[in-house]
Amino acid sequence: MTGRFLASHMPLSDDGAALRLKDDDDVAVALRPLAPNDVVRFGTLAITLADSIPSGHKFATRPIAAGALIHKYGQMIGRASASIDTGRHVHVHNVEGVRGRGDLAESPA
Amino acid sequence: MSNSSQTSGATFKGYRRANGTIGVRNHVLVLPSVMCANHVVDLIGRKVPDVVTVNHPTGCAQVGTDFEQTKRTMAGFAANPNVGAVLVVGLGCETNESKALAAEIAARGQRVEVIGIQECGGTTETIARGIALARSLLDEVAAHERTDCPVSALVVGTECGGSDGFSGITANPALGFASDRVVAEGGTVILAELPELVGAEHLLAARASEPVAAKLYELIDRVEARARAMHVDIRFGNPTQGNMAGGLTTIEEKSLGAAYKGGSSELREVVEYAERPSERGLVVMDTPGQDIEQLTGMVAGGAQVVVFTTGRGTPTGCPIAPVIKVATNTSMFERMRENMDINAGAILDGTRTLEQVGDEIFGWIVEAANGREPAAETLGFHDFAINRIGPSF
Repeated sequence: MTGRFLASHMPLSDDGAALRLKDDDDVAVALRPLAPNDVVRFGTLAITLADSIPSGHKFATRPIAAGALIHKYGQMIGRASASIDTGRHVHVHNVEGVRGRGDLAESPA
Repeated sequence: MSNSSQTSGATFKGYRRANGTIGVRNHVLVLPSVMCANHVVDLIGRKVPDVVTVNHPTGCAQVGTDFEQTKRTMAGFAANPNVGAVLVVGLGCETNESKALAAEIAARGQRVEVIGIQECGGTTETIARGIALARSLLDEVAAHERTDCPVSALVVGTECGGSDGFSGITANPALGFASDRVVAEGGTVILAELPELVGAEHLLAARASEPVAAKLYELIDRVEARARAMHVDIRFGNPTQGNMAGGLTTIEEKSLGAAYKGGSSELREVVEYAERPSERGLVVMDTPGQDIEQLTGMVAGGAQVVVFTTGRGTPTGCPIAPVIKVATNTSMFERMRENMDINAGAILDGTRTLEQVGDEIFGWIVEAANGREPAAETLGFHDFAINRIGPSF
């Protein structure tokens, strides 16, 4: 892996083990399986992983409060259903969708 | 040769049809107008293996927009320029009356014959007449020859299935790069699977005129209205369990990755399922995310070539159109080598750039138009399904 970017717009971690789709995203994507206590560095930002992160899965690059919107690609991908610490696995156990939530629609009276 | 810095003036050898469309294959299609004719169609196909046959569970006791959509899909699929001639096989009492379907196919400028099982007096006689007609149609289309055609004649369907956390990083952006090249050549690109644009629609709308953006928002709202009417979370079925195992968490996340397939050009038109685009350039078609219904809808809308990205590994192919498979990651590409054509995982490995893989996809599109068979075509994939929007009565 050479350079700090993948495809000229996606910032890679210093060792190429992860990437963010946009600089300011709340999550980064593991490009290979990562283990607890692995340290992922994006320049001056150092993230110590708290969970195993399978390849292609996401981890938090900053603390995310319960109920907060989560961003990837610089866009909203869902809402935290629990508070998420930096370095934790971000997936269906702590994120819910905001769109397509017909289950939240009010029943006809 | 080229008129602008973006246009290469690339050409391919295609089949110029009488109605002005251009095919990349020269099939004879045997099509049941109703599921009651499936078995006869299969038996004709067994005796005349050079024809292409499809089966489906539709064509009877359907009403309203659901019936219209089924008929539009069959007529559009049969009139796809990759088909040189069509034999419709009906029963005789079906809602989707076989002679009316054949008339609709003929009205689109396609060569068509039609037979009915009741009119022929049973299975054996229908098969005998069907075999004779199929052989004679094969002789007719054998006279068609490939000639030089511009890439601007291509309608390229884009699709992602079995997506994973790498789809929106490697294969879909690389396909988007190829889509931009097709559009720059004056061709057409179909972006579909509307549920997989929920959460990304604003990015497309920002590249569309006001009426086109309004139609896109209307269709996206239709998807979410269906979820509200059923009181379900879309996430119950999409993303799928396999998508989630691959790292995708919500429909919004899946959509933002999926939307890359269409590239970055202006969104020119939004069309209904199986409707032929009237504009060139980037077009959105209203299809479900279900792979086979989407594939059938895009080909019924005129797509001659399809590019299909996959992370988990999806082997699907269309009976009348080449479907080029792009793997999002090297490990699946190697594990399912026989089903894949291009490895976009090379972008992650650092061995190729996104632009190089995008150029490879564009090159494959032109080669497939020239007759090169992608894996799904060589393996004989045959998938066909019509999207139903109402119940059977």
